[in-house]
Amino acid sequence: MAAIKVHGSPLSTATQRVLACLYEKGVDFQFVSINMAAGEHKSDNFLALNPFGQVPAFEDGDLKLFESRAITHYVAHEYADKGTQLLIPGSNKEAAVLTLWQEVEAQQFNSPSSTLAWELFYKPFFGTATDAAKVEENETKLGKVLDVYETRLSQSRYLASDYFTLADLYHLPNIQCLLATSAKKLLESRPHVNAWVKEITARPAWSKVLAMQKQ
Amino acid sequence: MEVHGNPFSTSTQRVLACLYEKDVEFQFVNVDMAGEHKSENFLLLNPFGQVPAFEEGDLKLFESRAITQYISQEYNDKGTQLLLPGSNKTMAVLQLWKEEAHHFNPPSTKLVFELHYKPFFGMATDAAVVEESEAELAKVLDVYEARLAESKYLACDHFTLADLHHLPNIQYLMGSSAKKLFDSRPHVSAWVAVITARPAWSRVLDMQKQKL
Repeated sequence: MAAIKVHGSPLSTATQRVLACLYEKGVDFQFVSINMAAGEHKSDNFLALNPFGQVPAFEDGDLKLFESRAITHYVAHEYADKGTQLLIPGSNKEAAVLTLWQEVEAQQFNSPSSTLAWELFYKPFFGTATDAAKVEENETKLGKVLDVYETRLSQSRYLASDYFTLADLYHLPNIQCLLATSAKKLLESRPHVNAWVKEITARPAWSKVLAMQKQ
Repeated sequence: MEVHGNPFSTSTQRVLACLYEKDVEFQFVNVDMAGEHKSENFLLLNPFGQVPAFEEGDLKLFESRAITQYISQEYNDKGTQLLLPGSNKTMAVLQLWKEEAHHFNPPSTKLVFELHYKPFFGMATDAAVVEESEAELAKVLDVYEARLAESKYLACDHFTLADLHHLPNIQYLMGSSAKKLFDSRPHVSAWVAVITARPAWSRVLDMQKQKL
């Protein structure tokens, strides 16, 4: 039995973030499916793993964690020598560039892209009406963020450096949702962003995450 | 080291608090929020046009939590220990409670805007946003209450970046009607009293008095 357990749902973007990281590192783990439709993530058992009642939750031996970015940070450090190098080793100054682009994802990209994913991808999936005003507002916001990305990616092959790191990985789940919606135009209309999106979504580890949705 | 920002900006205060805790020398470059943060010069420092921006030698950073992380690591041996050194498992607990950006920050930022900045600028508060955000923040604070019943500070038994990152929004909210959310939860209330009383935080607040 693997020491690592991930409790989550293959349809949850936060869960996918963790799964992508584990597949990149090539570490064994056990996936425990949480039935979100039945409200299992709000059950007492699950709240003991994550008091915020959200997927994913994570265990590695006696370590219990939640928050997908805290989990991926731990996995990338603990298994630094396995699989894909997802960090920037070196001086504090070199590592700071990775931290910066991780924060950009969390503070700038995440909110408008999550709202758009909810309105344009998940709501139709659940049969709820899309809020057109929210879509317009968040497409404008995301457009401005992607303008910054376009400039950055014209100078740097990936966000933090010349190779794929956690900073790029964090974007995969929301990007994948947006590619299945009308909002994909925001990504496709910016050449460097578009090229980056195509590269990162083509990674074998990401395909393994998507394959879990088909099971 | 240079910090470009404004003493009334919560994100700038996050960085200032960290610098004062680490007791490192820095130069503060005031940015006039009437529009200077959108100027060409400033956009070179932060393409998102937001304060703060940070420079040390040839390193240029933005995003307050990236700046505080860098300072805390680079000056690990100076001033207050703001990290949780040890194994990856030990450090993971700090990372977890540093994810305040996703739970505490959204509703508290909205409340700071509605209850502090809007009145200050003579704009009308949106009561519906206040009600909704207070309900959201209350749920987060229930989780904090349970956590702080078991742990003296959020990540461990000493003050770390996880606690520090909360200071700016908490300070503004304690000056508003939303303070009831903190006062009504005993462990949260005690934690708020302790962290806002830190000398380094008082130095941040002093900078605001200079600007008035």
